[in-house]
Amino acid sequence: MKITTARRLAQIFFLATFLWLCLVATVGTGWTQWRGWPIAWFLQLDPLAAIGTALTTHSLHPGLAWALATIVLTIVFGRVFCGFVCPFGAIHQFVGWLGRRVRRPKEQIAANAYRPAQAVKFYILIALLGAAAFSTANSFVGRLHVGLLDPISLMHRSFNLIVLPAGDLVSGRWFPGGRFSSGAALIGGLFIAFILLNLLVPRFYCRFLCPLGALLAVLARRTLWSIGKTGRKCSECALCDVDCEGACNPMGPIRVGECLMCMNCLDTCPSAEPLAYLKRPSQGGEVTAHGVTRRGFLVAAVGGLSVVPLARLGGARTAWSPALVRPPGSVAEEEFLARCLKCCECVRVCPTNVLQPATFEHGWEALWTPVLNNRIGTSGCQLNCIACGQACPTGAIRPLSLDEKQGRGDFGAAGPVRIGLAGVDRGRCLPWAMDRPCIVCEENCPVTPKAITVSEIEQTVRDGVLEIAAVDGPTLRIRGAKLTPGRFASGDYSCRLAGEPGGRAIVANAEDTITVDAAAAWTEPPAPGTRVEVQIRLQRPVVDPALCIGCGVCEHECPMNGLRAIRITADNESRDPRHSVLLAAHAAGPSLPSTP
Amino acid sequence: MNGADPIPPPGSFSTRRAFIRRGLEAGAAIAATGGLAALLWNRHPPGTLGRGGPASSLPDFSIRGDGGKMAIVTGADRVRTLRRGLDLLGGIGRFISRGDRVLVKVNAAFATPAILSATTHPDVAAELVRLCRGAGASAVVVTDNPINDPESCFALSGIGAAVAAAGGTVAMPRADDFTPGTLPGGRLIRDWPLLQGPFRGVTKLIGVAPVKDHARAGASMTIKNWYGLLGGRRNQFHQDINGIIVELAQLVRPTFVVLDGTMSMMTNGPTGGSLADLKPTHTLIVGTDPVAADAFGATLLGRTHRDLPYLGRAAGLGCGTTDFDALKPARDSVS
Repeated sequence: MKITTARRLAQIFFLATFLWLCLVATVGTGWTQWRGWPIAWFLQLDPLAAIGTALTTHSLHPGLAWALATIVLTIVFGRVFCGFVCPFGAIHQFVGWLGRRVRRPKEQIAANAYRPAQAVKFYILIALLGAAAFSTANSFVGRLHVGLLDPISLMHRSFNLIVLPAGDLVSGRWFPGGRFSSGAALIGGLFIAFILLNLLVPRFYCRFLCPLGALLAVLARRTLWSIGKTGRKCSECALCDVDCEGACNPMGPIRVGECLMCMNCLDTCPSAEPLAYLKRPSQGGEVTAHGVTRRGFLVAAVGGLSVVPLARLGGARTAWSPALVRPPGSVAEEEFLARCLKCCECVRVCPTNVLQPATFEHGWEALWTPVLNNRIGTSGCQLNCIACGQACPTGAIRPLSLDEKQGRGDFGAAGPVRIGLAGVDRGRCLPWAMDRPCIVCEENCPVTPKAITVSEIEQTVRDGVLEIAAVDGPTLRIRGAKLTPGRFASGDYSCRLAGEPGGRAIVANAEDTITVDAAAAWTEPPAPGTRVEVQIRLQRPVVDPALCIGCGVCEHECPMNGLRAIRITADNESRDPRHSVLLAAHAAGPSLPSTP
Repeated sequence: MNGADPIPPPGSFSTRRAFIRRGLEAGAAIAATGGLAALLWNRHPPGTLGRGGPASSLPDFSIRGDGGKMAIVTGADRVRTLRRGLDLLGGIGRFISRGDRVLVKVNAAFATPAILSATTHPDVAAELVRLCRGAGASAVVVTDNPINDPESCFALSGIGAAVAAAGGTVAMPRADDFTPGTLPGGRLIRDWPLLQGPFRGVTKLIGVAPVKDHARAGASMTIKNWYGLLGGRRNQFHQDINGIIVELAQLVRPTFVVLDGTMSMMTNGPTGGSLADLKPTHTLIVGTDPVAADAFGATLLGRTHRDLPYLGRAAGLGCGTTDFDALKPARDSVS
């Protein structure tokens, strides 16, 4: 088998594996569901994720040790990951090949010439690692922004949020109601743009932008073997450039770091003698420099390092965004931003679709990190679900047990994990502001005892003070009234005479009569001319912050469909004591009956 | 004609011919545009949207002359109480015949485990499926439009797996399952999206619900369970909870209902979440009169039908009776 055939098979295999791992990332035990599939395996293989989080957290998260395999592979054999494994690379190569087919060989050779702009990816890498490395004694924490452009994170984000939901929308196969992603236009637009750029220059992303490619290029500098010239007769026909993916100049002094190990040059070389994968150095000479200038390095490093103090200057530590409601198990925000890869694995596995990629609304630093949006999806955060923490490859969301999430068993003393706090907007709530019964929020509050209770009042309705014309048993005839027939018969209305302590339930009303429950009728009929007040019984929702976990089911169900009348903010979230609302002594709430 | 025509001399015959041909082309283009406009013409532009055709209602699944039958069986084993209850009413064969396609409306509202009794117990749902299959039903479909995430609800409640194991199928609510329905004479259910998809070809309907506390409605039992057939922004109906439950009682006429009061949710309903919310009331009701079943169910919660205004109103509209004793319910105990 030709080596290029092996490469193609490997690319197909790894792309298919990647797709499969995205596809099965849904909660369930079927074999097409998550079950035990290593859904984050490609992210774990990604040295940029490992090195980035190691810089920000000074530790290596379990699982990310897989990256060692990629690092060793690259140091010994070169950028095999780019040529054989990377699923994004496979897409680029395929689309680039499509674009190449309409070009003449001469044009192809020109398109595959090395360009100084290929150094840009190194500047991107330097800036991203600079931001990650910035941590100082006075508690500045580096920011993990590698995921913005890291190809594996980008692929997961694009497939999790765009490609598969689009498939869901069309097929209705996996999620009956469809899946939605906030800011899909930007994520999908970039994904499509990066792919289409291959028509302009093959492997555009890999050559100019990819920070992982840049990292691997640095690692590949001292590989033991590389593509190179054997020293045997070369006619310098330049056919090796025709299909060269890396624009690494195999004919002349080869740029070892740029070589993507596509092996196409071995294929297109007409004599098969002058080029080989061989022990270095190449007899045609080598360029190991990456084209990075000292000045450029400094600019990129300073630019990257400045991200952290600039973010701090933005005031986010004190004026933190209450809209940033993180999934349960999330670590405190500074560490969260030091860990989150923006891969959106958590968003994909969330069974209700309530977990969404943050948009610029949540601050630019939070872009594409997970945030709850209770107006999207089938429900709020489900009480009995811990999927997101299990899916997170970097520990930005800790893998909770159900006991820890719900504050049971060993975690009874700590109480449940709170992701936020519901607040009733009394200016919008139907029973608070508009004298209409509702309490859907109370109905659906899943914690026990309910965090939402009701405060009951009897409220005289608008134009509800009426004058009695006559009394006939339980029926009052009203003077000069034009009531809507049946309006007061819903079971929520009562009437009482002035000075009476309680009301009598109304069971029927016509245009000018009101009938109360016969069992509650007056023993002494009130005299004509007496005033009677029609009252509505309103149950008004009240939130107990000691019990509310911020799951958002109430906000999801609130019939105030636009701006909900009960909304979750990140106040009182467990992950940061500085966000707590209650006095610590009272935060545990009333002594609760122990649940099994 | 190939390429550009040479410019003909003015006044020549070819000019006239060209003119006529262009005239015909112009006419065809105008006719095509007009035809397309006529084809796309919207006789009901937004703003003048009238009521469409007569919206569908649900068929009556009750068995003629079989109204007002009720069995109350005490015991802790749901399978045995259900079987005994049906036996007391003459056996499942009285309701389900060979070839029937049966729809079972469970309460799968919440993604909570069965032990918390916030949802129809999987044992009851599965046993109903088994009994119907045993009576010759060609298919038994189990459905609900839950409040929490549907997949999670059917999975966590155990209903999905139990029903599948018993030979039934679960119909997850899909967007195209909801079509507008109208209760004739109704005030609230007018052109309202109803979960009608799973009703296709159905000949018998069974409702099965647990007994639960409910702050807004007083209690959630067999009639409130039909709420799960509503789609759209059904939460608005909380503004007239008794009104909507009465209309549901009128809209849905089941073959029979099962009210499972083996464990009644006394407080914190309808979600529950703790065993402390439950009380072992060890009673299961099978009946053809949902109003009577719920009126009895209220007593398990320490309430009466007077605490649930919708029951009296539904009875007044001919949906059943709140005086369940008048039905002379068959009683038994299995332990």
